[in-house]
Amino acid sequence: MSVLTEAPAAATPLPPALSPGRLAWRRFRRHRLGFYSLILFGLLFVLSLGAELIANDRPLLARYGGQLHVPLLHNPPETAFGGDFETPTDFHDPFIQRQFEQPGNWALFPPIRFHHSSINYFAPEPHPSGPSASNWLGTDDRGRDVAARLLYGFRLSVLFALALTAVGVLLGVLAGAIQGYYGGRVDLVGQRFIEVWGSMPELYLLIIFSALFEPGLLLLLVLLSLFGWMGLSDYVRAEFLRNRQLDYVRAARAMGLSNWQIMRRHILPNSLTPVVTFLPFRMSAAILALTALDFLGLGVPPGTPSLGELLAQGKNNLDAWWISLSTFAVLVLTLLLLTFMGDALRDALDPRKAQR
Amino acid sequence: MSAPLLQVRALSVAFAGLEVVHSIDFELAAGERLALVGESGSGKTVSALSLLRLLPEAEVGGSALLQGRDLLRLSERELRGVRGDEVACIFQEPMTALNPLYTVGNQIGEILTLKKGLSARQAEARIVELLAATGMPEPERRARAYPHQLSGGQRQRAMIAMALASEPRLLIADEPTTALDASLRTQMLELLGTLQQRLGMALLLITHDLHLVRQFADRVLVLERGHLVEQGPVAQVFEQAQHPYTRKLLGSRPKREFGPQPLPAAPPVLRARQLAVAYEVPRPGLAGWFKRGRFEAVRGVEFELPPGRTLGVVGESGSGKSTLALAALGLLRHQGELQIMGEAWGESGMGPARANTPRLRRLRRQVQVVFQDPFSSLSPRMNIEQIVGEGLLVHEPHLSVPQRRERVLQALREVGLLPEAGPQAELLRWLQRYPHEFSGGQRQRIAIARALIVQPRLLVLDEPTSALDVTVQQQVLELLLRLQREHHLSYLLITHDLDVIWALAHQVLVLQSGAVVEQGSAEQVLQLPQHPYTQSLVQACAPLCPRTGP
Repeated sequence: MSVLTEAPAAATPLPPALSPGRLAWRRFRRHRLGFYSLILFGLLFVLSLGAELIANDRPLLARYGGQLHVPLLHNPPETAFGGDFETPTDFHDPFIQRQFEQPGNWALFPPIRFHHSSINYFAPEPHPSGPSASNWLGTDDRGRDVAARLLYGFRLSVLFALALTAVGVLLGVLAGAIQGYYGGRVDLVGQRFIEVWGSMPELYLLIIFSALFEPGLLLLLVLLSLFGWMGLSDYVRAEFLRNRQLDYVRAARAMGLSNWQIMRRHILPNSLTPVVTFLPFRMSAAILALTALDFLGLGVPPGTPSLGELLAQGKNNLDAWWISLSTFAVLVLTLLLLTFMGDALRDALDPRKAQR
Repeated sequence: MSAPLLQVRALSVAFAGLEVVHSIDFELAAGERLALVGESGSGKTVSALSLLRLLPEAEVGGSALLQGRDLLRLSERELRGVRGDEVACIFQEPMTALNPLYTVGNQIGEILTLKKGLSARQAEARIVELLAATGMPEPERRARAYPHQLSGGQRQRAMIAMALASEPRLLIADEPTTALDASLRTQMLELLGTLQQRLGMALLLITHDLHLVRQFADRVLVLERGHLVEQGPVAQVFEQAQHPYTRKLLGSRPKREFGPQPLPAAPPVLRARQLAVAYEVPRPGLAGWFKRGRFEAVRGVEFELPPGRTLGVVGESGSGKSTLALAALGLLRHQGELQIMGEAWGESGMGPARANTPRLRRLRRQVQVVFQDPFSSLSPRMNIEQIVGEGLLVHEPHLSVPQRRERVLQALREVGLLPEAGPQAELLRWLQRYPHEFSGGQRQRIAIARALIVQPRLLVLDEPTSALDVTVQQQVLELLLRLQREHHLSYLLITHDLDVIWALAHQVLVLQSGAVVEQGSAEQVLQLPQHPYTQSLVQACAPLCPRTGP
């Protein structure tokens, strides 16, 4: 009796095993536009994480009188550089700059010599002033450097979007998984709750809460998260409903696995396709939401660098084209990159294309 | 001999540069029944559908002359005239082949008005006529029914009526009976046969079922991996198969390799007394808001399954046999008594929100399961080591990682998936593979290994071979027999296929709409069926199953 006729052919050399995740990554990489978008977006994000090294009004390193200072971390008082006052040094001060021109003294400045909050008091024109050698993209109506504010604003937007997406995915997956797995009454109650919750007027709540509390990023994050998980939970619920009655889940139950083990090990990994596919689109939606709220003045506290606040300034100063145009460009670029990534991800995870 | 209706020369089909059908030639005379036979992946469906260029991604070469016109050279516009008019198709799954949003009559009428140019009133009469011709009961009423309101057999009849609406000269039937129950299967074939004779059309039957071919076809083509390996009149091919592949297909009938055996005196592994399973179903209409109806899927089932024996449960779809399997696995709430090794499942263990007590875990270890579909029974995101080793995580958590891996390798060797010896690195790479890299038969072996690794006493086999090709089916059955001998396992075998019952089962239980109509030893039930339902089941495959025990 030959049991082994459809032989497992262990003699032939095996190509490396390919998990479904790796296959999807391969397909993603083959999608040129999406893959390069990911690289570019990652690069921009990493650069913006080091925004203090790129746009700052303090030098990274300074040598004065034979002594090495790191003003980036600890700003010495003016007296350290031959000034008269005990106040923190202002490196835009012509007096301080002259001090560093003396032989033996030097300062290594970042490429953009303005922090997002620093005001250029020495600009040749009234604010908002157009692009110049010192302010590459001009200044806003309070004399702050637009390039620096864009850099910090981009970082804030992306970080905020990441946090909002993470919280939303966590809540959405949890709610969807519980509804889908247990079904029946749990599902019914959950669905009705989502319907009621989803019909709350989000914008009014934001306006009311921003009047009640000190506006801030944390408050925004909490409020937007409260409403941001519902769309996703529906998809996860549907996936769980479908997957929980498949044979491998039944086999796992017959094996004696606990509910938690079945959900985590068997159903969840097979239900993540909509979650992953939506990640970039959720990110771009979060960035847009923050921008819109800031534009309306309901978002981050005044003074915080944000794309929405810059847009509002552009609207108020229509003749200062450099504000609105550059902010617009940054927003479009960010959202485009995210959309391209989302498209590629959707193609990579498409079950119809997943065969090879 | 008159010129053939269809003349296919050097037909080849390629997908993305990969040729799957290699230069096949055949002819089909008017009024002839030709069968195209092969295992899954042999290219039988692809070659038939590419005749009508129904596969948009396929690159088709060669020629296919239908009454002198080359189907492969026609323009898309001319081809539309041929499709559904001169050549019609019936597909395997009638539920997906009918549009769920239109009534059956609507869909048949569309062909009549489009292709035959009938007026709406004329079409209406013709629809009823066509449905009546296919033996549909109450054709006037059924014409207004939506596909989901019809049973499987009725849907298939509607499909046939639709295909016949344009009075085609050639009917391509792609596995027309695979989705149907055994008794319906014969009815459908008889229907196709009489209609074919009456209308004088040619029929191209695509199937993997050789016994269907023997009953039905005049001539047969055997395809192996896209090569036409044999063709000829049915009698000749079946009596004197020339090609080894044909002989292998013909010889792959499951065989019974053991005689009647006395029941052992040991206490039963599985015992059912007055077992009943009921589902809650929504009531139609407003009443459904307040009250839920009950549907008894299984009632009054009694049996004892001794160690080392197989109990076959036979029945058509909807007879409650899968419900019985789930109840035996402790996955459904049931009434009556159901004991594994003398211990009852009890009420607490059911439903997804059950308590996972140590007692239940111990009990679960005794009963494992192998499902029908090897594609949905393995989680696609886990590798083989995780799938097979999972049971050990639950039931023997004290094992270290290398110990567990050793047990996984042992289980895989036992089911014949791994060679006895091999370089360690090579074996480990096997363990890292994912289900999608294995064939159907290999996956079924993996599913068996997953069940065996926790050393159960009872294996529930839910249609273990019906998704597999005949040659692979035989191997899996042999494996199951060997495992039963070596481990003294008991099997609860759920199937609609009497061949499989004959090959494996010692005792048989026949279910009809939830109730046991006949039960006894396999020899007794299959050779001398008493109940009319059992008789009809055996009848349905009687010419196919020469029940001669060794």
